[in-house]
Amino acid sequence: MGEVVLEVVELTKHFPVRRRGREALTRLRRAVRAVDGVSFTLRRGRVTAMVGESGSGKSTVAKVVAQLDPPTGGEIRLHGQSVRVRGGRAFRAYCRRVQMIFQDPFASLNPVHTVRYHLTRALRVHGRPAADLPELLAQVQLSPPERYLDKFPHELSGGQRQRVAIARALGAGPEVLLADEPVSMLDVSIRLGVLNLLRDLKERLDLAILYITHDIASARYFADDTLVMYAGRVVEGGDSETVTQAPAHPYTQLLIDSAPDPERRISPDTVGGEPPSLIDPPAGCRFHPRCPKAMARCGEQAPPRLEVGDRPGHWAACWLYEEAAS
Amino acid sequence: MSEIELEIKGLNVDYGLGEQSVHAVRDVDLTLRRGEVLGLAGESGSGKSTLAYGLTRLLPPPGVIRGGQVIYHPEQGEPFDVLGLSDRQLRAFRWAQTSIVFQGAMNSLNPVHKISTQLTDVLRAHEPGSTRAARLARARELLALVGIPADRLDSYPHQLSGGMRQRVMIGMALALRPKIVIMDEPTTALDVVVQRQILGQLVGLRERLGFSVLFITHDLSLLVEFSDRIAIMYGGRIVEQASAAGLHKDSLHPYSHGLLHSFPALRGPREELSGIPGSPPDLRSMPTGCAFHPRCPHSFDPCVRRVPELGAPQGRPEQDRSVACWLHPAS
Ligand SMILES: Nc1ncnc2c1ncn2[C@@H]1O[C@H](COP(=O)(O)OP(=O)(O)OP(=O)(O)O)[C@@H](O)[C@H]1O
Ligand SMILES: Nc1ncnc2c1ncn2[C@@H]1O[C@H](COP(=O)(O)OP(=O)(O)O)[C@@H](O)[C@H]1O
Ligand code: SF4
Ligand code: SF4
Ligand SMILES: [Mg+2]
Ligand SMILES: [Mg+2]
Repeated sequence: MGEVVLEVVELTKHFPVRRRGREALTRLRRAVRAVDGVSFTLRRGRVTAMVGESGSGKSTVAKVVAQLDPPTGGEIRLHGQSVRVRGGRAFRAYCRRVQMIFQDPFASLNPVHTVRYHLTRALRVHGRPAADLPELLAQVQLSPPERYLDKFPHELSGGQRQRVAIARALGAGPEVLLADEPVSMLDVSIRLGVLNLLRDLKERLDLAILYITHDIASARYFADDTLVMYAGRVVEGGDSETVTQAPAHPYTQLLIDSAPDPERRISPDTVGGEPPSLIDPPAGCRFHPRCPKAMARCGEQAPPRLEVGDRPGHWAACWLYEEAAS
Repeated sequence: MSEIELEIKGLNVDYGLGEQSVHAVRDVDLTLRRGEVLGLAGESGSGKSTLAYGLTRLLPPPGVIRGGQVIYHPEQGEPFDVLGLSDRQLRAFRWAQTSIVFQGAMNSLNPVHKISTQLTDVLRAHEPGSTRAARLARARELLALVGIPADRLDSYPHQLSGGMRQRVMIGMALALRPKIVIMDEPTTALDVVVQRQILGQLVGLRERLGFSVLFITHDLSLLVEFSDRIAIMYGGRIVEQASAAGLHKDSLHPYSHGLLHSFPALRGPREELSGIPGSPPDLRSMPTGCAFHPRCPHSFDPCVRRVPELGAPQGRPEQDRSVACWLHPAS
């Protein structure tokens, strides 16, 4: 297995909530606990998927790890070195090595600038010559380069725009790519092309990739490892095939049962409850109000990561696996 | 096979006039049967929303209907062409028979009013004679129908999750007991768990209340599972139409085939997939002949020159399948 490049340890991110009306008079401070104690590692030459429903905190993790937002607590280490101070040389080096790709390539590219401008600028910022430009475009399979260099973002298709955004991230010569739903705004027929490109880049450039998605089937297709997030916490992790074929956590099981399956007819009475409030999250296991297997202690004590016992490295934060672990 | 509810014949819709116009919907023939869920799939820009707005005559300018018929078959009485109705007749028809949930509708709830108020306002507008108490009771009933507990009646939209807001919109769409419900990408912004809850509810309600659904999405894998029939759109035209099971088993049009093979599977063997090469066509400079030919792996001589017509493919005994591809010429 590849060397650990990035380590995230007990990361938390809380957003303060503005107090209204009578609440403003009390001393109570409320916060959206968007990310609460998230730990994971990214390895060279591996794609790690982070899946979870809307609002579970995936984008917040990516933004904090990309240093676009300061964490509330926890640590981020690049090659074992903790990144604490914002600004300064170590911070700039971190930002160069850890690059982010956003969901909407339209919003992340400036509409008044050409492809050439975006990419030359990225190269220059990171001290590389403009002569690397054709190679950069070739890396994202936009060839011949002349056809694309002088185009504006609106003159490109969605897939081409996302390729330009990827090229721009590669311009920094990164070791880690944080890709937040990189294909979910693209047309269905061209999504796989972009995912296959990312996989190809991972292999050729030995990148560590965090792939954020709500589509667990695409995680199985594209990612070596999969982490499942629920209400600000990672609840299961392991290699993608194991997590998707033998899900251990009841939430992952719900997620997989909910994925479209052409072999089955929809049952009219599917239930599943609502995701919890992150301002006042359920005590103990955050999934307990929806969990069909909840036990008494689930509402009181938060379960730690427990080995599932079927495959090495497969774990779930669920009391059901306490036996297996001990 | 159940009776016909709505018949679209030769529908053409343009945006703009003259030289500048683009043909967003081209010669579309499509039939909605009573009580069925008909899925309409295709990539963005293929004309799905334009078709939905066109057939309900809700096209925003510069959209114009250039031709065709939309024939409604009421349970009692004579069929009539919706496109030929006067404005007054049209309004009556729309309220009584159809309702539409637009793309992005969940963001169209008014942020300053409670959801109960928004629901009772809809009811009051259409049943001015009803009492306040009756309207409130009906609002409560509608929300219960879509799985929103009564204690959320007085919530404001921002206090509800995206999934709950979308359910409120579906509740509103059902408020006037429509015969036809048109949903334009109603669940695209939602995650799978909530999507499944909402679709499950919709299918259940359809059985209980007896309406038919035209369900528009780009997520074909979802449609295969829960619609009865599926029509696939490409470049403004319907290119294939079949039962959901039939299409899943055996798609004839290379574009349908490509779309069905663009979704990685969650179960079964892990396969290498490639999607479809190239990108969707630009309506301003449509390829000649079959619009799919620049991306089609099977393109051959006639494809570049002549538009294939949608029709029942030769030599296939199966009913209820039509395709527009030179590989499968119509009989
Ligand atoms: N700037 C902010 N201020 C307050 N709350 C925020 C802020 N940004 C995010 N949140 C909240 O944090 C939680 C997690 O949000 P996040 O965007 O990380 O979710 P996500 O998993 O990426 O969801 P999606 O799949 O919809 O993109 C949500 O409850 C969200 O409302
Ligand atoms: N108001 C408009 N003016 C001009 N062109 C439009 C307008 N609305 C849609 N179009 C064009 O019509 C085509 C079909 O759009 P639409 O029906 O929204 O597709 P879909 O719903 O399948 O994504 C697209 O090429 C789109 O750019
Ligand atoms: S810890 Fe308890 S409530 Fe949480 S998922 Fe496991 S069984 Fe369910
Ligand atoms: S008509 Fe020709 S180009 Fe079009 S889909 Fe069929 S084989 Fe391909
Ligand atoms: Mg997000
Ligand atoms: Mg649309």
